[in-house]
Amino acid sequence: MSDEPTTRDEIAKLLGPAGPEVSCERCFELLDQYVDLELAGEDADARLPGLRAHLDGCPACREDHESLRDFVRLQSSSG
Amino acid sequence: MHLPVTHQAPAASPSFYRRRPVSGAVGRAEGLRRDDSAAWLAALRGPAAVREEAIAELHDLLLRGARYELNRRRHTLGHVPHGELADLATQAADDALAAILAKLDTFRGASRFTTWAYKFALLEAGVRARRRAWHGREVSLRDDEWSPVLDGAPSAQQVVEANELLEAIRVAIRTALTPHQREVFAALALNGVPIDVLAERLNTTRGALYKTLHDARRKLRASLADAGFDVATTTTLGGGS
Repeated sequence: MSDEPTTRDEIAKLLGPAGPEVSCERCFELLDQYVDLELAGEDADARLPGLRAHLDGCPACREDHESLRDFVRLQSSSG
Repeated sequence: MHLPVTHQAPAASPSFYRRRPVSGAVGRAEGLRRDDSAAWLAALRGPAAVREEAIAELHDLLLRGARYELNRRRHTLGHVPHGELADLATQAADDALAAILAKLDTFRGASRFTTWAYKFALLEAGVRARRRAWHGREVSLRDDEWSPVLDGAPSAQQVVEANELLEAIRVAIRTALTPHQREVFAALALNGVPIDVLAERLNTTRGALYKTLHDARRKLRASLADAGFDVATTTTLGGGS
């Protein structure tokens, strides 16, 4: 399997999420809660619907989410 | 349409929040547990000396977060001098701290206080990193400079279908979108301009631009559906920022 983007990926990226999604502002409001739920092993997507779809469609918010999740995990593991 | 490049160098700013000795209840906030949200809130709302110490400790955490974020993005910032990166981290921590103190009463405890606080530092650092990486680069709002990936689909039929859909998207971009939607969509979705960079160049916000992008995507989906394409279940995950 190649990690190269496919035409299908390209089209999906252009069209964005098909379902309902929250706004960037709402995403930022909820992001800390979402990350703590994720790291606690809870179903963050069920608790905060629409946020995952936004992360799929908004590269900047997705990067913010990945950074926060990884940084909090790092801080937790370092005590 | 191309937006002009930015030439103004990012300004450095001194931090007002560096830890310094305080008199009185020195150390009462020192060593606040990262997961003790109530203790953080109490210290940040406490007597002046305790509050000052808690602010300094919080700033240390925010600065650590900002440095982490900038280091994470070092592949896009290789040309930026170390001293400037240090300034960017300090600016991000300073602005994050100011935002946190201004919004302290909005913290509802849905997460740990430190997770809530870190997100401000990572956002500030991330925005600065994206803008610095694109400093001096032209931003294209044109929709005719896009070259989609054309991979080898499993069958010739699928190649034909993908090409038909791509052509339909090109047509829909030109016929279904308003000029503003077309420019925003072109910059963000076709040309890979980071949304924070475009927001700076157009003097608007990430949220406003994403709303425009979202509306444009809905129009494109509707246009494609009208043309007989099944895009209802197409999902996405990709693209840089």
